[in-house]
Amino acid sequence: MSKYLLNKFLYTVDRDPDLVERYRATPAELVTWWEDSRANMVLNCLTGEASTWLRFTDEERTALIAHDHVKLFELGAHPFLTLTLFIAMFERDNTEPLEYQKAYGARMAHFNLPYPDIAT
Amino acid sequence: MASIVAVIASTHHPFYYRASTSTGEDRPPFADEWTRKILAFRETLTRANPDVLVMVGSDHFHQLWLDNMPQFLVGKAPFYDANWYNEEREFGLPRMLLKGQEDLSAHILRAGLDDGFDLAFSNELRIDHSITCPIITLRPEADLPIVPIYTNIFAPPLPQPSRFVKLGESIRRIVESWPSHLRVAVIGTGHLSLELGGPRQFGPHGPDPEFDRRAVEWIATGDLDNCLREVTLDSLHSPGNATHGFMDFMLMMGVAGAGAKADYVDTLDLFHTMEAYFTWYPSSSSGGSL
Repeated sequence: MSKYLLNKFLYTVDRDPDLVERYRATPAELVTWWEDSRANMVLNCLTGEASTWLRFTDEERTALIAHDHVKLFELGAHPFLTLTLFIAMFERDNTEPLEYQKAYGARMAHFNLPYPDIAT
Repeated sequence: MASIVAVIASTHHPFYYRASTSTGEDRPPFADEWTRKILAFRETLTRANPDVLVMVGSDHFHQLWLDNMPQFLVGKAPFYDANWYNEEREFGLPRMLLKGQEDLSAHILRAGLDDGFDLAFSNELRIDHSITCPIITLRPEADLPIVPIYTNIFAPPLPQPSRFVKLGESIRRIVESWPSHLRVAVIGTGHLSLELGGPRQFGPHGPDPEFDRRAVEWIATGDLDNCLREVTLDSLHSPGNATHGFMDFMLMMGVAGAGAKADYVDTLDLFHTMEAYFTWYPSSSSGGSL
């Protein structure tokens, strides 16, 4: 269980326009590449002072590859990060205003309070 | 000493900029009323004639991240670039550049540390829509120097609500002890009930209109007793999963002072969340009441 790493994925992909497009188009390739080459980067270190211990669980990796935002919520990923990135990827397909945002909420209608804990 | 000429608390709705500048078919039906309310709200700052703005907001995982997360942070820089790629992408917000007021930043940091708040600081801070939204609504010229103060309402563990109130009370004392002749407005933004990324998001109103009604009453009347009695870190999950941003309103109630009735109160019921606007003129200032 690595809520921090899920959040790190969402955060670092969301802020890079090229990664947003790669995650939309080829999620399996992007998630695999990210876990291999980016998961252990300390964000302000450029010369090899990386971490050595961060990796996804199978459940987390599967959820990311499937663009399964409902599962990410269940796993405790930060809802703001997930929503922001998924809007970036899929709002463009709307046929009316807020269509994606409303459907995103509707897919989560089975969640009751308390929601999954997002503390990292 | 410096004087606090206005205390302002507001929601920070990132859609306002696009709604208010859109035309023709792109202009949403609520844009005209929203713009009217914002122009009236803006006048409450303009008439106070401030020289400096202390801006309280919360970084939305832009510069501040989980590998190094401060609870309360004060910017101390000569300039602040503003707004981020994902805010341009989702909200159409413009890039901005604001001047800093480093003397007041240094004073707040020194006095805040001495008053029991172990404030973090930043000498290079790119600010986000929690601070630029009120610049756009209240001072679109973006011509006054600022001191940004960021709070963590986003990444648990969070400080307790009472801590936000105490920080607001401390900011009030600290600004009023700043050896300067300048006129300071303290502006902070937060949320009423709000859900982001959960099942209650983007409804026809905010997720909890009853919470919003009570919250507006607490703020408008300065009712910190009831607010602190009812609001806890746990209770804030119930009105909506992003409602911890209400603690920035509580901070501003601390700046205004317990029992201080707001001189200006307005709200706008929008889809997704309720907008709320409050202005206080501290009695020692020349702003007067409306």
